[in-house]
Amino acid sequence: MCGTVLADSGEVNVGGTNLNSLSGWARDRFRAEQIGIIFQQFNLLPFGTVLDNILLPLKFAPKRRARCPDAAAKAIEMCKLLGLPEGVEKSKAANLSVGQQQRVAVVRALIGEPPILIADEPTSSLDETSQENFLDLLFAQVAAQKSTLLMVSHDPRLASRFDRVVYMKDVVSVEGRQA
Amino acid sequence: MILRLAFGSLLARALTVGMTILAIALSVALFLGVEKVRTGAKASFADTISGTDLIVGARSGSVQLLLYSVFRIGNATNNVTWESYQDIASRSEVDWIVPISLGDSHRQFRVMGTTEAFFEHYKYRNGRSLAIQQGELMGDLFDAVIGADVARTLGYNTGDPIVVAHGIASFSEHKDQPFRVSGILEKTGTPVDRTVIVSLEAIEAIHVDWKSGARVPGQSTPEEIIRQMDLTPSSITAALVGVNSPLQTFALQRAINEYSEEPLLAILPGVALQELWAIVGIAETALLAVSVMVVVTALLGMMATILSSLNERRREMAILRAMGASPFTILGLLVLESALTAFCGAVLGLGILYVGLFVAQPIVDQAFGLYLPITPPGMSELWVIITVVCAGAIVSMVPAIRAFRLSLADGMIVKS
Repeated sequence: MCGTVLADSGEVNVGGTNLNSLSGWARDRFRAEQIGIIFQQFNLLPFGTVLDNILLPLKFAPKRRARCPDAAAKAIEMCKLLGLPEGVEKSKAANLSVGQQQRVAVVRALIGEPPILIADEPTSSLDETSQENFLDLLFAQVAAQKSTLLMVSHDPRLASRFDRVVYMKDVVSVEGRQA
Repeated sequence: MILRLAFGSLLARALTVGMTILAIALSVALFLGVEKVRTGAKASFADTISGTDLIVGARSGSVQLLLYSVFRIGNATNNVTWESYQDIASRSEVDWIVPISLGDSHRQFRVMGTTEAFFEHYKYRNGRSLAIQQGELMGDLFDAVIGADVARTLGYNTGDPIVVAHGIASFSEHKDQPFRVSGILEKTGTPVDRTVIVSLEAIEAIHVDWKSGARVPGQSTPEEIIRQMDLTPSSITAALVGVNSPLQTFALQRAINEYSEEPLLAILPGVALQELWAIVGIAETALLAVSVMVVVTALLGMMATILSSLNERRREMAILRAMGASPFTILGLLVLESALTAFCGAVLGLGILYVGLFVAQPIVDQAFGLYLPITPPGMSELWVIITVVCAGAIVSMVPAIRAFRLSLADGMIVKS
């Protein structure tokens, strides 16, 4: 869906665009413009400042950049909304706790209001309370920006929060393969 | 900002990157150092004799004549008769002429008989004259002026007696006529440093009792009688000639080479030095080749370092990919990174070179008579830096292309 790996057969449509029909370069651009991504962990470039990390996707996505003219101010504001300490944007990503890093990753994924957010087990490295907090913040932001959130998780308890849940075992049975 | 991140990435790996930079810096410093020594040696070599327009000797090869008359290497196969010398000296083109008589030695040092004019006309390193460091020029028949290396090696001071040996590496000494050290010359970095200089008459004087290269048994002419003898030499080994006008140099050279009384050879010192350097230059080229290889090795080392760091940096590249960076961006970043590393290395190397030059210059000049001029970095240094940076970028293509493939295969998820 992100366009780094192509479908062997069939087609993948994201927001009305067939990824198979795009060139590699165009897919990279498409990903930068349309999708904000949050990994399980190690989301940030440890040697960069928080601000640099947040603004990084905008470098590859001119439209997203155009959507938020004062990106730095917006980033700082969003950091505050997500409960990150003041002045955090200047510190190095490596100096942040895992929870803080995940929240920075959210800010980065949301900046420039991409229509789609992909989160790959963003909470698995957090403890339960942090998980709750993190998800509350994430959902609040996603709702505010009217983005679609696609989340992968091992935790069935989170399912209740989503509009649509797809279990991988069902997908595998459709594909007729062993998981 | 991407540049800043690339720079940050380098800083995060400061230790390995630092070592790589250091390796490149040292290799570049070595290369530039060798280059400096090479040009310095060449210049020193060419500076051995200046201001002399022609060297005249018995007919042999030009390099041979240069070697024995200036570098005191090898021997003259033949001498120039005093009559020929007088003939040449009286020519209108000749401004000055200095006779040189070689053949004897003191310890491992050659003894050269000449006139006071030698000290006036012998010039080295852009027209510098010989200077006395201690004592004075030869005043007496049995006075000797010694070069700086002679004085240092043998621990001589003015007033010390020295006995000249007949021939080179010979055991028969001119014992009856010891010399007195009257003066010691300043270090010049030329063969003069390794020469014992006496008057032309003194050379004659010590050979009074000798016939055809051997001592006449039982004969020993007392010093008083020698002093009253006519000590005009019958022959000399070579002569340094200065002409009135540079335009006459070739005419005089031709005239001497075609001199009918005796087969003579006149050479232009500069040309002969060039010929000699062409022979010596092979070693120089080899040295340069070795230092080029050292630079190449350092760059390959950088490539190895980057290659081995790729694995731990897959995460970094995956993040960049997820943010929408194309594989080409990643390729570009790696190439840029190596170019930057190479640039830092090259500039640091230049710095090391200059620090080294400042420290080593007086020492090298003292010890080897090799004068290394400290000049601001010029075009050649700039080219070295540009070449190293380009080579660094080219070499980094190997890990960069690998990173390109990895990031295509990995996508955003690192399978580790």
